[in-house]
Amino acid sequence: MAIDSKVVAQVAHLACLQVDDNETAALSERLNDILAMVDQLQQADVDGVAPLAHPLDVSQPLRDDQVTEPDVRERVMPIAPATEAGCFLVPRVIE
Amino acid sequence: MSWETVIGLEVHVQLATASKLFSASSTRTGDEPNSNASLIDLAMPGTLPVVNREAIRHAIRFGLAIDAEIGRRSVFERKNYFYPDLPKGYQTTQLAEPIVGAGVVELQLEDGTRKSVRIHHAHLEEDAGKSLHEAFSDDMGRAMTGIDLNRAGTPLIEIVSEPDMSNAEEAVAFARKLHAIVTSLGISDGDMSQGNMRFDVNISVRRPGEPLGTRTETKNLNSFRFMEKAIKLEVERQIDVLEDGGEVVQETRLFNGDTNTARAMRSKEDANDYRYFPCPDLLPVLVSEEEINELRDALPELPDARKARFVEAYALSEYDADLLSADLATAAYFEAAAKQGSDAKLAANWVMGELTARLNADDIGIARSPVSAEHLGELILRIKDGTISSKIAKQVFDACWAGEGSPDQIIQSKGLKQMSDTGELEKIVDDIIANHPAQVEDYRGSDDAKRKKKIGFFVGQAMKATQGKANPQQLNQLLQQKLNG
Repeated sequence: MAIDSKVVAQVAHLACLQVDDNETAALSERLNDILAMVDQLQQADVDGVAPLAHPLDVSQPLRDDQVTEPDVRERVMPIAPATEAGCFLVPRVIE
Repeated sequence: MSWETVIGLEVHVQLATASKLFSASSTRTGDEPNSNASLIDLAMPGTLPVVNREAIRHAIRFGLAIDAEIGRRSVFERKNYFYPDLPKGYQTTQLAEPIVGAGVVELQLEDGTRKSVRIHHAHLEEDAGKSLHEAFSDDMGRAMTGIDLNRAGTPLIEIVSEPDMSNAEEAVAFARKLHAIVTSLGISDGDMSQGNMRFDVNISVRRPGEPLGTRTETKNLNSFRFMEKAIKLEVERQIDVLEDGGEVVQETRLFNGDTNTARAMRSKEDANDYRYFPCPDLLPVLVSEEEINELRDALPELPDARKARFVEAYALSEYDADLLSADLATAAYFEAAAKQGSDAKLAANWVMGELTARLNADDIGIARSPVSAEHLGELILRIKDGTISSKIAKQVFDACWAGEGSPDQIIQSKGLKQMSDTGELEKIVDDIIANHPAQVEDYRGSDDAKRKKKIGFFVGQAMKATQGKANPQQLNQLLQQKLNG
């Protein structure tokens, strides 16, 4: 698939990135180059090869169900731009 | 021409673990905001998730209970979207390789028919935090939303059904059965009032024989009653739209239980573009045959088995057994009351009758019933041994409900003990006969059939005189003896 300015704007929106209109042409060109490389990858014959989720041949270690994390609220609250009543504040979210 | 309804459910169940899915912070609710949010839950750079073994085991328990294939290997993926209560910018969930594969849930409907609902799969995922739309404002006085991340990272399983249900009743029966299964397994408290079990309902309608219609999703229903109402409302709406020549739009809808209305959520056009990919921070989770077998062998009694046992052990009807076994708390209450009162049938009637009515009226769960199972058992014991009549028993139940003490204490303090002393009762009967010569004459002049009716007058007088405490059998015997005499 070819990427045009519209797709760039759409992807930027999904990723919460601010992209100026004068950047989209250059960006679509580079993204198309990447897709060309993916197209090349897709030429490879992978019949009978199971999809790979992770390159390492190891499995996830599991942890016992115990509460060991300390309460860090007093330490992290001062880092936030705005807080009130123990909550982090963000610009009003309206559904 | 008729319409056919097609319903599928997505059910989120909060797992009963002490710590979160990917961090060792507490899942406890009711604490100060953000006091159970660790650096991992806050998505601080450099932190890494570690999977909670018990969450995996709970999910497997569910899979075994619905006879599903267990994912020997399951993979966590990232579902990307931006919302303030999701600090990482993605939800860690499962997609292509979930922990629980296809299974089936068997239902018994109210009319006795059986139905199977297929489960497509169930996967593990983390919950988001909470957005509080209260009166918060920043330094400049602008309205703000408060974020509490205590819930962020709490383990959930999302159970996805096939679209196998064809009306609200079936969907509710399915939801109830899932609730019974997860609470019986002990993998969730199933507390819907706390949002610990919530339902998303996919609904479409079509003409019989035609392909599936466009579906809508009504999200976050947190009671069986709301679910039934929301489905009926949406089915009606879709049929209206189609019969008016319109088209159903694929959208997410929000149901308001207070007003019994629903509205389309402001749906983003890119809502489905979650750009899933395998989470590079988490390796595949492998589950051994030994562990699966160990969990299978240790499964507790499931609702269907419990129902069969109730029919067998307590001689209950299928219907009664179904009602009493569906919910673990109700089942435990019934069994305790039946044991204490040593009468299962009477216990069943009280639990399904008076108790359920009062619980519903006051909107209380059976686990928090003001009348405990032991109290109800004691009450049943007193009905059985003739201390009180069934009628007085209701009065004792009400007092017990109001917190006035145990049934024995109430019977004692209110003097409700049935009058079984023949001497005392005899005196009352004699007085009544002496004071109502006309009625006595009328009674004596009647044939047997009429006498049976007319004795009611004297029973009524005696009950009035004893404030309902006369033993009905003794009273009847005495009256017949004296009047026929």
